[in-house]
Amino acid sequence: MLAAKNKVFPGRHELRAAGKAGAGAGKESAGATVAVEAIGVSKIFGQNDDRVVALDKVHVAIRQNEFFTLLGPSGCGKTTLLRLIAGFDHPTEGHILLHGEDISALPPFKRPVNTVFQNYALFPHMTVAGNIGFGLEMLGKPRAEIDARVDEMLKLVQMSELKNRQTSQISGGQQQRVALARALAPSPQVLLLDEPLSALDLKLRKEMQIELKRLQHETGITFIFVTHDQEEALTMSDRVAVMDQGRILQIGAPRDIYDRPAERFVANFIGDTNFLEAELLSARKGADQVKLPSGKAVAASLPDGFSGSAGRKITIVVRPEHAEVVARPASGLLAGTLGNIVYFGTDTHYHVELDTGGEFIVRMQNLRGSEIGHAVGDKVGIAFKSDAVQVLKD
Amino acid sequence: MAIARTENSDFAVSARSAAEIAAEAEHLDIRKRWLMVTPALVVIGLAALGPLLIVLVYSFLQKGPYGGVIWNFSTDAWFNVVLQRDMFDDTLQFADAHLSILWRSVRLSFMTTVLALAAGFPTAYFIATRPAQQRPLWLFLVTIPFWTNLLIRTFAIMEVIRNEGIINTTLIKLGLIVQPIQMLYTDFSIMLGMLYVFFPLMVLPLYASLEKLDFRLVEAGYDLYATRFQVLRRIIIPLVKPGIIAGSILVFIPALGAYVTPRVLGGGKNLMLGNLIELQFGQGRNWPLGAALSITLLMIVMVALLVYVRNVAKSETFNG
Repeated sequence: MLAAKNKVFPGRHELRAAGKAGAGAGKESAGATVAVEAIGVSKIFGQNDDRVVALDKVHVAIRQNEFFTLLGPSGCGKTTLLRLIAGFDHPTEGHILLHGEDISALPPFKRPVNTVFQNYALFPHMTVAGNIGFGLEMLGKPRAEIDARVDEMLKLVQMSELKNRQTSQISGGQQQRVALARALAPSPQVLLLDEPLSALDLKLRKEMQIELKRLQHETGITFIFVTHDQEEALTMSDRVAVMDQGRILQIGAPRDIYDRPAERFVANFIGDTNFLEAELLSARKGADQVKLPSGKAVAASLPDGFSGSAGRKITIVVRPEHAEVVARPASGLLAGTLGNIVYFGTDTHYHVELDTGGEFIVRMQNLRGSEIGHAVGDKVGIAFKSDAVQVLKD
Repeated sequence: MAIARTENSDFAVSARSAAEIAAEAEHLDIRKRWLMVTPALVVIGLAALGPLLIVLVYSFLQKGPYGGVIWNFSTDAWFNVVLQRDMFDDTLQFADAHLSILWRSVRLSFMTTVLALAAGFPTAYFIATRPAQQRPLWLFLVTIPFWTNLLIRTFAIMEVIRNEGIINTTLIKLGLIVQPIQMLYTDFSIMLGMLYVFFPLMVLPLYASLEKLDFRLVEAGYDLYATRFQVLRRIIIPLVKPGIIAGSILVFIPALGAYVTPRVLGGGKNLMLGNLIELQFGQGRNWPLGAALSITLLMIVMVALLVYVRNVAKSETFNG
């Protein structure tokens, strides 16, 4: 599976780090070139009693031309990782590689990496064009080339008519575009985006999400995007790394992360989900069986790195939209009493009090003629396909 | 239709009266504000403009035999600011003594300002980049010299640099020099003294500007391939320019008019404008000349400010 392929194998990286870091020329098993790689990266702020571990031995390989998202709650270390890649901070431990070359010790101005800052950080004493051309100017490019590139960038972000405005005279959305153009103008190998959409209102944010995706497609530059917004992460990314407390918990395509969360935190952080206590019946790969609280057995998928044999108590997750309410309690995998029905327009949420305790939420789409004839208080069953069941590591 | 019109005109009447009320309130507000600045205006009028006017008038009068003035119109004083008649053949000459003092004042004040900026900028940058809770301590240390009388501070400098002072005795004991280096009673000693005295006046406005500086802009500069020097020149300096201007003005202007420092450290030999003015009102018994020199000093300050502000405005349009 994709998830398996994308997993980072610490052992391999340790070997690489021990040998000559640059020699590996970062090839992934899929054959895609690795753009940025973090090998055992830790970042500790403060000393002794005030020590804060912002990053804890993080391993990650980000591929060329990929839209890669670091997703997590505030304080999870995602911005710290971004700052280490940009060069604003240096790792306490470990290495950052850019195309196989160790850049851990390089200052930011020697890294072919540009950043779009959270509050844009546009230079207030320069015009829009002055901001966009700044990087090229610092690289010592000739004036004519800078002017041509600035015009090209302005066209790319559809800002040509505001070229000579002061940055204080343009709106937030426009500032966002200038910040993007400024970071893209020097044609960086990697573009880092630190929650760039968080200051925009909802409508503008949706527009910019599509815009960013378009820019990434057009420029072919590797984007590393930091956000705490799961929806943003799922809609825009090729791959997502979910982070918590300085660690990367899971890396995968949005679909893998959503459908196959490996840990409780990931399942909880992304989307709504139902947690159920269950028991492992068989841990043979391909024939994994779990016993539900109701006593019924169902096939389930185990996450990578899962350890445990038959009889182990486990937690499983089932997404609300992967289940359905059925009329006869006996025909479902779980049985309970319908406690609450919440109508959302496009779909309806059924809160079912399970006979074995706990609540299970089922989300069903409101298709024409699909209304189930149940009322609050009815005894119902809950059915789901076996591929809806995901076992958690913890 | 008629009813509608009546209603409309009613509305118009009430709208106009509302506007009148607003105008009246604004009028009252302005009057109240004038009342509030009155004490300041009185102080400026009595303590600054009035005396200044007296000085201006005196500069156009004849000098009295034992100081003071004779109330006859005369331009002699202004003439004597830059020119003089030869004692023997009555030919016109430039007043070399005055001109050299004028030149020394401008030169030493300018150099003091430049040195204060060169030393003050790193100091202010250092303080502004300390953790927020440490900054008051550093600022406190910078302002400590303010607590001591100017004269005492100046004599302290004298003690350090005089021929039998700490520096010379140490160097002689170490065998590095045989003869003490003459530092006291030179232009250097005056500059050193002024630098020491006016240094906090440079650091404080610089700090105020640097503290407000958004250091994410500095990071953005580094991110966009600017080296440390380029970040300083292209981002930090343009953004803290108000602090640089304020600090420079606060150092340059009092340095131009400095009196105690050149008096003590210049040893009565190396005069600055302040000392020359004092001389005219004192031993020189030439009040009109003193008054004319004072106005000259004022004009130099104003010209310097004009040039400075002009340049700043120009460089800003260049940057922007």
